[in-house]
Amino acid sequence: MSKTTTIGNQTISLNDSIARNELDNQESGVQVTDYDNRQTVGKITVDKPKMVCRGVNVYYSQKHAIKNVSLDIGTNEVISFIGPSGCGKSTFLRCLNRMNDTITTCRVTGQIKLDNEDIYEKDIDVVQLRARVGMVFQKPNPFPKSIYENIAYGPRIHGMVNTKSELDELVRDSLERAGLIKEVEKRMHEPGTGLSGGQQQRLCIARAIAINPEVILMDEPCSALDPIATAKIEELIDELRENYTIVIVTHSMQQAARVSQRTAYFHLGDMIEIGDTDQIFTNPRHKLTEDYITGRFG
Amino acid sequence: MPISPEAHTVKQFDVQLANLRNMVLEMGGLAEDQLKRAITALDEEDLAATRETISRDCIINGLQLKADEECISIIALRQPLGSDLRLIMSLASIVTDLERIGDSAKKIARMTLHIYDGVGSPPSAKLLQDVKPMAQTADDMLHNCLDALAQLDVPKALNIINNDTELDQEFQVALMRLITYMMEDPRTIGHAINVVFIIKALERIGDHCKNIAEHTVYLVEGKNIQQRRNIDMNMVDAFALVRDVRSALKSKK
Repeated sequence: MSKTTTIGNQTISLNDSIARNELDNQESGVQVTDYDNRQTVGKITVDKPKMVCRGVNVYYSQKHAIKNVSLDIGTNEVISFIGPSGCGKSTFLRCLNRMNDTITTCRVTGQIKLDNEDIYEKDIDVVQLRARVGMVFQKPNPFPKSIYENIAYGPRIHGMVNTKSELDELVRDSLERAGLIKEVEKRMHEPGTGLSGGQQQRLCIARAIAINPEVILMDEPCSALDPIATAKIEELIDELRENYTIVIVTHSMQQAARVSQRTAYFHLGDMIEIGDTDQIFTNPRHKLTEDYITGRFG
Repeated sequence: MPISPEAHTVKQFDVQLANLRNMVLEMGGLAEDQLKRAITALDEEDLAATRETISRDCIINGLQLKADEECISIIALRQPLGSDLRLIMSLASIVTDLERIGDSAKKIARMTLHIYDGVGSPPSAKLLQDVKPMAQTADDMLHNCLDALAQLDVPKALNIINNDTELDQEFQVALMRLITYMMEDPRTIGHAINVVFIIKALERIGDHCKNIAEHTVYLVEGKNIQQRRNIDMNMVDAFALVRDVRSALKSKK
């Protein structure tokens, strides 16, 4: 069985499993109770996709880490990936700006498109790609430079500014958007590593948004932070949503529920279920999702 | 996704859920018992048993408080999601319904005291003729909805929702009959009003059973089938009937 579907302006031919998945979704109240059934439950497509992933597979040497994952990431949406450790959610996230390229044993197949352009094409400039798809990591990792330089570095190497005053303005603007300006405006030239953990993480977010990305990938951005710093980052994510598309990997289901509009559940390399966050956390359709979110994994 | 039979990784969570479930079912059993006691006492004109029924209502109220505390504790400590969240929210609503069923049973007992207060003659049997069949329907509904809850039986729960219409109709018929009696013989008004309160309490018990059945469907299926109404249509009809009676009485004069 094969099927074509229109996504944005493009018509995509879907392989068998996606076509089946699409058909499944047409029936309401799909419930899958079979543990071995690893077909994605839920609607993988959105109206205005920013990124379109189809049949993505990732291998680390022999290990099949991501198995035929297809989904759309909508423009200006926050989508969260949840799942137990080792389920492949971070691996999949890292595919979205080709961070896996740095791992020699890693092989990615399938298609990932950013604004209709395949990011795994040979002529794609990875540095430019990562400027468009920025990333924030689990542990805050400011450069061992001043707060100012942490932000200024990216715009400078990408040639985004011509004058010192332009750069000053961009640094201030980025820090303001990251909600950090009040706390650091009098210590711009002190080392970034001197900030608290939560401030360092917001500095990293400011650094990521300084080069005006279109998508921000966040890999457990709050797992090293206290609840107050976490709340500030979550508030920031909500504000950034107006201008950016955000993909967040988190171990905290409450956080996924608070910040995202859509949630995808990963399990052993398969994307088991995707849906509106409300639905996933109140009435998941797949037994594996249900067991994970209710804490029933032995 | 229906409720998983598997245990939680955190065993204490299962213990808390089992406690809550047992508390709710115990409340259900007590509510059923209270309804039976109230109706038997009315039937047997047993004022001592009636007073006992009234005093026992506080046991259900106490259990409601305990169940509410347990729900809050589970939400605060476990942050339930999925079917667990639906279970907690449904049980929290169900305990309110059960407590109100208890209140309705108490109301029936109170009315019994009014009817057999020793002042004036006791009511004739025809005034009370609809109470027993309605009480039987309400008791069956309560029993079945508690069964459906205990066994998470959706078809049974859906059946109860249909039954409620039956009880509503019985109420309407009984009300009409009482109004006729009142119109025929205004001396019956005192007792008839008390009987109206009794049949209204029984009708409310049916509504609460319907709510419990709806919550049961939600907790099992995740589907909200509640039909929210801003106004109780039965009461609207009753008001219309009272207006009719008034105008009829006026014209009689």
